[in-house]
Amino acid sequence: MLSDKDRIFTNIYGRHDWGLDGARRRGSWDGTKAIIEKGRDWIISEMKASGLRGRGGAGFPTGLKWSFMPKESDGRPHYLVVNADESEPGTCKDREILRHDPHHLVEGCLIAGFAMGAHAGYIYVRGEFVREREHLQAAIDQAYEAGLLGANACGSGWDFDLYVHHGAGAYICGEETALLESLEGKKGQPRLKPPFPANVGLYGCPTTVNNVESIAVAPTILRRGGAWFAGLGKPNNTGTKLFCVSGHVNKPATFEEEMGIPFREMIDKHCGGIRGGWDNLLAVIPGGSSVPMVKAESIIDCPMDFDSLRGLGSGLGTAAVIVMDKSTDVIKAIARLSHFYKHESCGQCTPCREGTGWMWRVMERLVTGEAQKREIDMLFQVTKQVEGHTICALGDAAAWPIQGLIKNFRDVIEARIDAHHGAKVMQAAE
Amino acid sequence: MAKISIDGTVIDVSPDATLLQACEEAGAEVPRFCFHERLSVAGNCRMCLVEVKGGPPKPTASCAMAVKDLRPGPNGEPPEVFTKTPMVKKAREGVMEFLLINHPLDCPICDQGGECDLQDQAMAYGVDSSRFAENKRAVEDKYIGPLVKTIMTRCIHCTRCVRFTTEVAGVTDLGLIGRGEDAEITTYLEQAMSSELQGNVIDLCPVGALTSKPYAYKARPWELTKTESVDVMDAVGSAIRIDTRGREVMRVLPRLNEAVNEEWISDKSRFIWDGIKTQRLDRPYVRVGGRFQPASWGEAFAAVKQAMAGKSPDRIGAIAGDLASVEEMFALKTLMGALGVTSIDCRQDGTALDPAFGRASYLFNASIQGIEDADALLIIGSNPRVEAAVLNSRIRKRWRMGAFPIGVIGERTDLTYPATYLGAGPDSLTSLDAAFLDVLKAAKRPMILVGQGALARPDGLAVLSAAAKLAVDVGAIGEGWNGFSVLHTAASRVGGLELGFVPGEGGRDVAGMLSAAGSGGLDVLFLLGADEIDTTALGSSFVVYIGSHGDAGAQRADVILPGAVYAEKSGTYVNTEGRVQVGLRAAFPPGEAREDWAILRALSDVLGHRLPFDSLPALRAALYAARPEFAAIDELLVADASAIEGLAAVGGTPSSAPFASPVRNFYLTNPIARASAIMAECSALASGQAKAAAE
Repeated sequence: MLSDKDRIFTNIYGRHDWGLDGARRRGSWDGTKAIIEKGRDWIISEMKASGLRGRGGAGFPTGLKWSFMPKESDGRPHYLVVNADESEPGTCKDREILRHDPHHLVEGCLIAGFAMGAHAGYIYVRGEFVREREHLQAAIDQAYEAGLLGANACGSGWDFDLYVHHGAGAYICGEETALLESLEGKKGQPRLKPPFPANVGLYGCPTTVNNVESIAVAPTILRRGGAWFAGLGKPNNTGTKLFCVSGHVNKPATFEEEMGIPFREMIDKHCGGIRGGWDNLLAVIPGGSSVPMVKAESIIDCPMDFDSLRGLGSGLGTAAVIVMDKSTDVIKAIARLSHFYKHESCGQCTPCREGTGWMWRVMERLVTGEAQKREIDMLFQVTKQVEGHTICALGDAAAWPIQGLIKNFRDVIEARIDAHHGAKVMQAAE
Repeated sequence: MAKISIDGTVIDVSPDATLLQACEEAGAEVPRFCFHERLSVAGNCRMCLVEVKGGPPKPTASCAMAVKDLRPGPNGEPPEVFTKTPMVKKAREGVMEFLLINHPLDCPICDQGGECDLQDQAMAYGVDSSRFAENKRAVEDKYIGPLVKTIMTRCIHCTRCVRFTTEVAGVTDLGLIGRGEDAEITTYLEQAMSSELQGNVIDLCPVGALTSKPYAYKARPWELTKTESVDVMDAVGSAIRIDTRGREVMRVLPRLNEAVNEEWISDKSRFIWDGIKTQRLDRPYVRVGGRFQPASWGEAFAAVKQAMAGKSPDRIGAIAGDLASVEEMFALKTLMGALGVTSIDCRQDGTALDPAFGRASYLFNASIQGIEDADALLIIGSNPRVEAAVLNSRIRKRWRMGAFPIGVIGERTDLTYPATYLGAGPDSLTSLDAAFLDVLKAAKRPMILVGQGALARPDGLAVLSAAAKLAVDVGAIGEGWNGFSVLHTAASRVGGLELGFVPGEGGRDVAGMLSAAGSGGLDVLFLLGADEIDTTALGSSFVVYIGSHGDAGAQRADVILPGAVYAEKSGTYVNTEGRVQVGLRAAFPPGEAREDWAILRALSDVLGHRLPFDSLPALRAALYAARPEFAAIDELLVADASAIEGLAAVGGTPSSAPFASPVRNFYLTNPIARASAIMAECSALASGQAKAAAE
């Protein structure tokens, strides 16, 4: 249970001034110069000590990622890129930071940029986020005006420029290398790895791509110390996290909470419980549309963190919790997600381009029951043929929800098929 | 070198090699669709998946992973790669299934059938029936020009065509639009591609999505006889394969020759074949009363003999055309020598090049492969994009490697790579832009490329000398490097110069012969496939035309002796570098037409000076005895660079007229091309595009 004094995002609901004055009153930009003066190694070691894991979904340790950047420039500039292309269905945490607490991000960019030797940072904002971009740009302008960015930012002696790039609304541009391609003005298609962005990234230069939340929490962590952050949550799953709960809860909400809070406690405290009571809970997608769904009985007492949810065969992802009660047609829900992935596949590599369409079409037939039971196993095989065979993780993301559905609700699918065929037989008999 | 274990066999490979290359090295075959040695790595077909030990528990695309990216084992063992494990087999079968679910099963009506990568690999990794119960995707076909036919439903999105056009051909015509399963390859607005190398996408396409439009439904690959030959459409001497069915040439494909054309050929080389079948001279003709009368060989030879009777050798001349092989030029030269004729010339365009200045004075000394070693280039009076499209792609390849300043004196055109424009005419050469002069001087291996646009003009010798002087001044001639490079446009030209098919003592050159003929000073003129001269200026002289097509030369002729085109004879050609290459005979000349050397041999008998060879081997034996360098087939004999210093000393004052490329229309440069309906369509389209661009 997170106490108010440990909250990082104190204006997540936009009730206060999101501008520089308001942000300063809430503690942003306090002692930024001092943090930078402590040096690059201190920042990275402190970030490592905090145990912060990337908030974009994969949960890669942020401090470690920063340390991958070359210590000395080989003549090429270094870049910081912030991934604000928040498009994962169910996820709505970065937009709250962008529009209500943008200075956390702006300050974080300066510190992170310094820590990785970057003099320029780019924030790639999702195409649909118009107001968010306006607030972010305004916050950056305010920071420039106050001398917090630009030449000799914050009086620290470090030059840092920050640019906002507005995307065009493609989900795939949230993949870090596709984002770099898009940022370079090319078609947003993921690159082959290796080389990794830390070596060959934006414009062929060393680049680190971080999620908005990962960067935005950095200033507070450095102000209060890595140990403070590490003291929250659970070992290896430290700190606080923005959760976005949507679906069949009484009060859907985005809120900051300690990692590892049990699912039931989180829903009761922040979301007013499940619609129709706990007995009405059917299934939960705990980390955004890309992770497999989990049945009610498994998740009710599960701590919400990376490792616990992985233990359930799912994942924390972006902590976008999609709650489904017993009125939900789970097959249709997953078919809708399949359509999303089919629509957003970039078409570059074969398994994803051909597989997402195939999976969606079979899913649509499973919704009506117009299928054979053997096709369930075939569909599962197809998802396995896509998973792990593609350039980027979109193929995996398209495969997992279907795998979760088949593992957990095979009986429902079979019943649907039976009902469809049974209905036909009856018609024929009449 | 790095050690790597492939299926248990440890081999040594370059650390920069990809796993796919390492697997090939170890003898393990890896299927692939998108990977191509000469294009950038796309890694999108996912067919080349292999298992890497110690890596993530999923297969790795071997085309995109370098050997140096793999980590060795815990005790320093070489990294292990497996290509035949169940995981790999399953992964490839999965990818194959995905490729096939939306691929039409129209192999029986597909022109790629029999030479289709997808078909072949489906034999290895496909299954007998499909599990895909949904509707297949259908994609609208696109118009991308008169040469390449599209059946886009067959496309597997490997993007080889897109990468070829952008990287090698240097045009941005093709691209992939849309995303996911709606992605399509197109020229965006369905305009024709503008590259002279576009036909190569047909070879690159691993399926039947891009096929040859003129060849559509003409033949199956297994019915064709394949003959290795040499292209004569330009002076590059690209290696080609002529496919014939029975007596008919069905198509022309490139062969691999790293030193010359890699594996590309120009569209003219590829799509010329319909010109071989039309406008052909298939029997001898004699002009009687201003009209051609069909004649027998005997009657035609008799008419020549009658015209020659009592004529003084200095009133006889011979001109060799642009497509002539060394053999027939040797036969003609020997015959003319026996007759005492010294007015012979192989330089139809009147270029200033002369064997008297030495071999290095007329060769592309840097060699085509050597372009990749050059570190600065000055192009003088040439548009290599149309004069030698394949060689131009080699320049572009060098430019893509980086640090390759290019300057141009001559026409301002799109060469597919950026170049510093330094001026239009000889003035810009004699007083070269100081900044670029410094660039050339600073370069270790500068290259001076001189085109026929600078040489085939009255002041050509002065320009040639000025270019040679520049080459000497900037240090283009040194130890192990000779950057002075003459780019020819005619396939026969270097062979003729090497043979000495130029005026002898007191002989006239082409211009001299033309003016003499016009003023009654020349009685008999032999044209060996020479169609590019002004045939209306030949006055009343008796013209004997030996050639293949009813073109300008045949129209003016008094006697027509029908010959063979390059596909119909075994011939030696020397390319612009001085590389001797032999093409084999793929077909037979039509009707009564004969191989040109045989015609000359028969004519020599009638004229009373029987040539001393009765067969092609005997002719070649005589040729090699007279000029041993022609026996060095496929070799590159380095020319003595001191010739260029001699050339530099010639001097002279060039005029100020701007240089202009001799190739005004890429598609119509020789009699075969002018007889080709495909080339005519391309030409019309290209000129239309030029007009549309000007508007």
